[in-house]
Amino acid sequence: MLLLALDTATPSVTVALHDGREVLASSSQVDARRHGELLLPAVDRLLAEAGLKLDAVTAVVVGTGPGPYTGLRVGLMTADTFGLALGVPVHGVCTLDALAYAADIDKGPFVVATDARRKEVYWATYADSRTRLTDPAVDRPAEIADRVAGLPAVGAGALLYPETFPSVHEPEHVSASALAALAAERLAAGEELPAPRPLYLRRPDAQVPKNYKVVTPK
Amino acid sequence: MADEPLVLGIETSCDETGVGIVRGTTLLADAVASSVDEHARFGGVVPEVASRAHLEAMVPTIDRALKEAGVSARDLDGIAVTAGPGLAGALLVGVSAAKAYAYALGKPLYGVNHLASHICVDQLEHGPLPEPTMALLVSGGHSSLLLSSDITSDVRPMGATIDDAAGEAFDKIARVLNLGFPGGPVIDRYAREGDPNAIAFPRGLTGPRDPAYDFSFSGLKTAVARWIEARRAAGEEVPVRDVAASFQEAVVDVLTRKAVRACKDEGVDHLMIGGGVAANSRLRALAQERCETAGIRLRVPRPKLCTDNGAMVAALGAEMVARNRSASSWDLSADSSLPVTDTHVPGHDHVHEVSKENLYS
Ligand SMILES: [Zn+2]
Repeated sequence: MLLLALDTATPSVTVALHDGREVLASSSQVDARRHGELLLPAVDRLLAEAGLKLDAVTAVVVGTGPGPYTGLRVGLMTADTFGLALGVPVHGVCTLDALAYAADIDKGPFVVATDARRKEVYWATYADSRTRLTDPAVDRPAEIADRVAGLPAVGAGALLYPETFPSVHEPEHVSASALAALAAERLAAGEELPAPRPLYLRRPDAQVPKNYKVVTPK
Repeated sequence: MADEPLVLGIETSCDETGVGIVRGTTLLADAVASSVDEHARFGGVVPEVASRAHLEAMVPTIDRALKEAGVSARDLDGIAVTAGPGLAGALLVGVSAAKAYAYALGKPLYGVNHLASHICVDQLEHGPLPEPTMALLVSGGHSSLLLSSDITSDVRPMGATIDDAAGEAFDKIARVLNLGFPGGPVIDRYAREGDPNAIAFPRGLTGPRDPAYDFSFSGLKTAVARWIEARRAAGEEVPVRDVAASFQEAVVDVLTRKAVRACKDEGVDHLMIGGGVAANSRLRALAQERCETAGIRLRVPRPKLCTDNGAMVAALGAEMVARNRSASSWDLSADSSLPVTDTHVPGHDHVHEVSKENLYS
């Protein structure tokens, strides 16, 4: 088994190779504006470092967000197309789940929060590092303060809003290593991973125009 | 490299997910998935809606194109993709797909210019482009007059719209007339039964001191809207067919007049017309008439090749391969405002050297 894992749902462009037992190589670059440029060269370097070629990959694992759409789609489109070209399956893993997994907390509950911009966070609560309690959601921190009160929090979204999330736990950013390890664990347990479809959680910003603007001066 | 390279092209600059396959100047497949229906109720293309649709449509559309062409991805000589100009988020979906596909297949990648592709597509219809060629590109996104002596390396802007694109003007007037979106085809239909000389709408930028090859449609749009509003205010019925015909005539009169003039001034005896508005029947007819009078050969591809599609990207990609232009790097990014003079985005060579180690072959 050789998993290629990638995630572009947060400012981190992160890639990893996992052989089913351990991570063989990984890299992360934090740059919210250059996912499109950085991802392919990162995969290229990763393979070189591991001394492997892309055709050795047996499955692709990709973070499905939630995350800012433009960056999120870079990873999903890349994973989908690798799957097509290599003829291998592509699995989705919720990005928040990978963060929870990396936090390695045995006893929850705790909350994972990433930056959703527009003064909102993407978030979900967990019983432990492998068990999500709530569906991923997008909200203003103040609006969920009651529901996350007293819970330790993980992720860059928590760091941004200390009033709502006073107790922040590592890590700040998601890593493809965690994504790959979680996927490998679930696959080994015979679980089926979800399809690699984006978790947008918001509708596109678009307004139906009421009528054309009258141009005749009044 | 073969003189008839087999190239797959990906186009996602606006609302069409296009994947085309060509062998040299021969069209093998032209698969397009459009999200236009999803935009109709918004009266224009919504970038986020388009980007979401591209992600969903990409893999099925690549599959469809390969089946249609009856070729194997292994046999491709290169992958081409629209690197710009266009909607940033939409472009990035296509660029991501093209990079991953090229990398996984071990094929060179060519990030190419959308406007140059619109010109190059005519090779699939009428054979190799004459050099030089004058090109008039008109659509909802562009109105440009371009002169190219080599479509892979030299495209010179002669003129462009200073405000709205021609296709945008069609959309806006269709909205004022309550005819829906997109406006081009419906205005064309109504105009066929109307009188193009019924109303004398203004011809923008045609004065003696105006720039010879630039366009302006904003004033025309306002004049047409005012004319309609005056009728409505007076409680009179709006003669939709005559308005459509007279408006359309004003647009195509200016477009063809300036294009023919540019050909004459530059001593170019070929004019190609591309972009969605090239499907307009009156534009085709008037261009034909005026080109004949001026001794200019007119080349207009069939409507499906005029609107955005992947075949046009593949056509330019094939030309890049045939003329040995350098491939793009794996860090190719989408450039929403890629200048028309950048026919493609050549790479920095060392990146490709490193990569060769990891490509399978
Ligand atoms: Zn176009």
